[in-house]
Amino acid sequence: MENGKTKVISAIVENKPGVLHSVANMFRRRGFNIESITVGPTEQKGLARMTITVKSDEKTIEQVVKQMNKLIDVVKVSRLDPENIVTRELALVKVNVPDTKTRSDIINCVEVFRGHVVDVSPETLGIEITGTPDKIDAFLNLMKTFGIIELARTGLTALSRGTKSIRIDE
Amino acid sequence: MTTTKMSGAKAVVESLERQNVKVIFGIIGGTIMPVYDALYDSTKIRHILSRHEQGAAHAADGYARASGKPGVCMATSGPGATNLVTGIANAYMDSSPVIALTGQVPADGAHTSYMIGRDAFQEADIIGITTPITKYNYQVREAAEIPRTVKTAFYIATTGRPGPVLVDLPKDVQNTVAQMDFSDKIEIRGYKPPSDPHPLQIKKAAELLAKAEKPLILAGGGVITSNASEELLQTAELLMAPVATTFMGKGAFPEVHPLSLGTIGMHGSPVANKLLLETDVLLAVGTRFADRSTAKLDSFCSDAKKIHIDIDAAEIGKNIDVDVPIVGDAKKSLKTLYDNLIKQLKKKESSAWIKRVKEAKEQLNSAANNDTKNLKPQTLLQELRKLLPEDAIVTTEVGQNQMWAALYFKALKPRTFISSGGLGTMGFGFPAALGAKVACPERPVVDIAGDGSFIMTEQELATSVMEDIPVTVIVLNNSVLGMVAQWQRMFCNRRYMAVKLGNVPDFVKLAEAYGAQGFHVGSIKEFSKAVKEALKSKVTTVIDVPISPEENVLPIIPPGCGLREMMEAT
Repeated sequence: MENGKTKVISAIVENKPGVLHSVANMFRRRGFNIESITVGPTEQKGLARMTITVKSDEKTIEQVVKQMNKLIDVVKVSRLDPENIVTRELALVKVNVPDTKTRSDIINCVEVFRGHVVDVSPETLGIEITGTPDKIDAFLNLMKTFGIIELARTGLTALSRGTKSIRIDE
Repeated sequence: MTTTKMSGAKAVVESLERQNVKVIFGIIGGTIMPVYDALYDSTKIRHILSRHEQGAAHAADGYARASGKPGVCMATSGPGATNLVTGIANAYMDSSPVIALTGQVPADGAHTSYMIGRDAFQEADIIGITTPITKYNYQVREAAEIPRTVKTAFYIATTGRPGPVLVDLPKDVQNTVAQMDFSDKIEIRGYKPPSDPHPLQIKKAAELLAKAEKPLILAGGGVITSNASEELLQTAELLMAPVATTFMGKGAFPEVHPLSLGTIGMHGSPVANKLLLETDVLLAVGTRFADRSTAKLDSFCSDAKKIHIDIDAAEIGKNIDVDVPIVGDAKKSLKTLYDNLIKQLKKKESSAWIKRVKEAKEQLNSAANNDTKNLKPQTLLQELRKLLPEDAIVTTEVGQNQMWAALYFKALKPRTFISSGGLGTMGFGFPAALGAKVACPERPVVDIAGDGSFIMTEQELATSVMEDIPVTVIVLNNSVLGMVAQWQRMFCNRRYMAVKLGNVPDFVKLAEAYGAQGFHVGSIKEFSKAVKEALKSKVTTVIDVPISPEENVLPIIPPGCGLREMMEAT
């Protein structure tokens, strides 16, 4: 599979056991690669939203969407238009703090990136940062210079802008 | 809402009866016993005891393909369920509506480890195992869900692009008594099978076809599934377009029709493969452009404009890029297309293309066989066609026997040629023949077999004898795994590895051991006599026909090559 740009798929799926398995299994069996996946309930009862990012060319992403559509428990699938979406990711990062000078340097950075300090210990800082994956990458690059002890990223989640929406008529 | 109080097991049987199920192929075992106990009281459903669950699944598949109705198979948990797997995968690849019911260890249990997730005795995660090979599968966790689940299973299996659906039934759920509501409407938010084709796309297709000088129709299994043979014939005759079928489409178009080219593909008929390269507009209906059909993709009809009709949107553009995609049912799409074409076209009586087709057919498909001394597959299968009525059903095993059948046995009607196309499952033909015979008891059913394949499910001879399902098995016996031996002969310098089967068993004795009858034949005359005997017989007949292990299936497009590189018989 030739590498392409990251594409974002948003899918409304039945919120029941086994659905994540069947989606993940389809990706695996057809040789598609999931870059990140986030799942959570939606505003509608019994439905969950999966936001999946895939690095692929046009032809492949078209197949991904079609194959997802075939899964019975997938109710609706859309490719989100990269020009017209809001994307966010959340990262929790624990950074090494050897001294008070470093501590204030890090806190300055966190403020610039509009993150939050969520945990403090004598030797570490726990930071929460939200934003586009690019912004998080930039922040993490900065933190590397201080020493990242632990990192957890949620993966990307997204919604389209304006009135456009993926909703299921009840 | 009217509900009835009954056990989950009884609800399963009641649901099956409401789906008009007449027969279940299966094998009993511990965790499916409650359903079998409920089946004891059913007067509407016949249970056929298979001798291996794979046989049950293939029989259900054969039943479905012959009748067009869903076939049902049943097994216990663990090994019973996993033995179904090959049959389910086979049905999935060939889009056959098979319903598989499996027992499962209890979902819930106090003070016991005999339950799901505890690695209980005969527990297998059949839902996990069959997820990639079913159209849908579901484990019932509440008894009251059974009526709706079974109904949904049949709906999903039989609509849109058909496929197998598995319902897993934990034993405690089968035993639980609950209020059952059989009137439930099914509403599946994520499943809306397409039906009517888009009128604009039909218009585009009609315009292309009306202007075509050398149109060619490629009919796949979807034409048979949607019972669109009549619409296909109508369209072909209006356009005066020759019709090639894929292997799965064999029978969709009468192969004795002047416009018939036979099957395409790796072992397709030479004329079909050749003319595919010459067409300017290809109308492909109900096909997924499988690798065995197209050979190398970049040389497949590369100069032709392509119209692709399929009910599964994901098949369009998956393997071949097309000019006019049409998502819809084959029957409805062809009908709409025909209606559109007839407004702008008069039926052509003749054209340069039709002359070319006629000439190519005479030139390429005439490879007559003058060898009367040895028993040749070609002669045998042409003779068999003469001996069988038009509506006789033929199943095949997999390998050389299958490809010879595709090349030399002319299918005249849809649903009369049943074979494992996608998965290529050796051992499919015989149990599928039993299923077909159960579906169509008044018609002769013949399994064209090879010795290697037949051995894989020969235990179903017991089923055929004990359940009075007489079919005919013709074993083209070359004592080798013939197709692989052919590849080793052609591509591996005759380094025969792991293909020699020897002269065992004696198929006549084998048949007799089961209470069936068997014949060894040594000439065409004896062959005809044996087939005639078989057609009259009240028990299954196995006809053992020795053929040369050196016999090849030709033509062949060597693996990895394109249509142009077809090697023909010399």
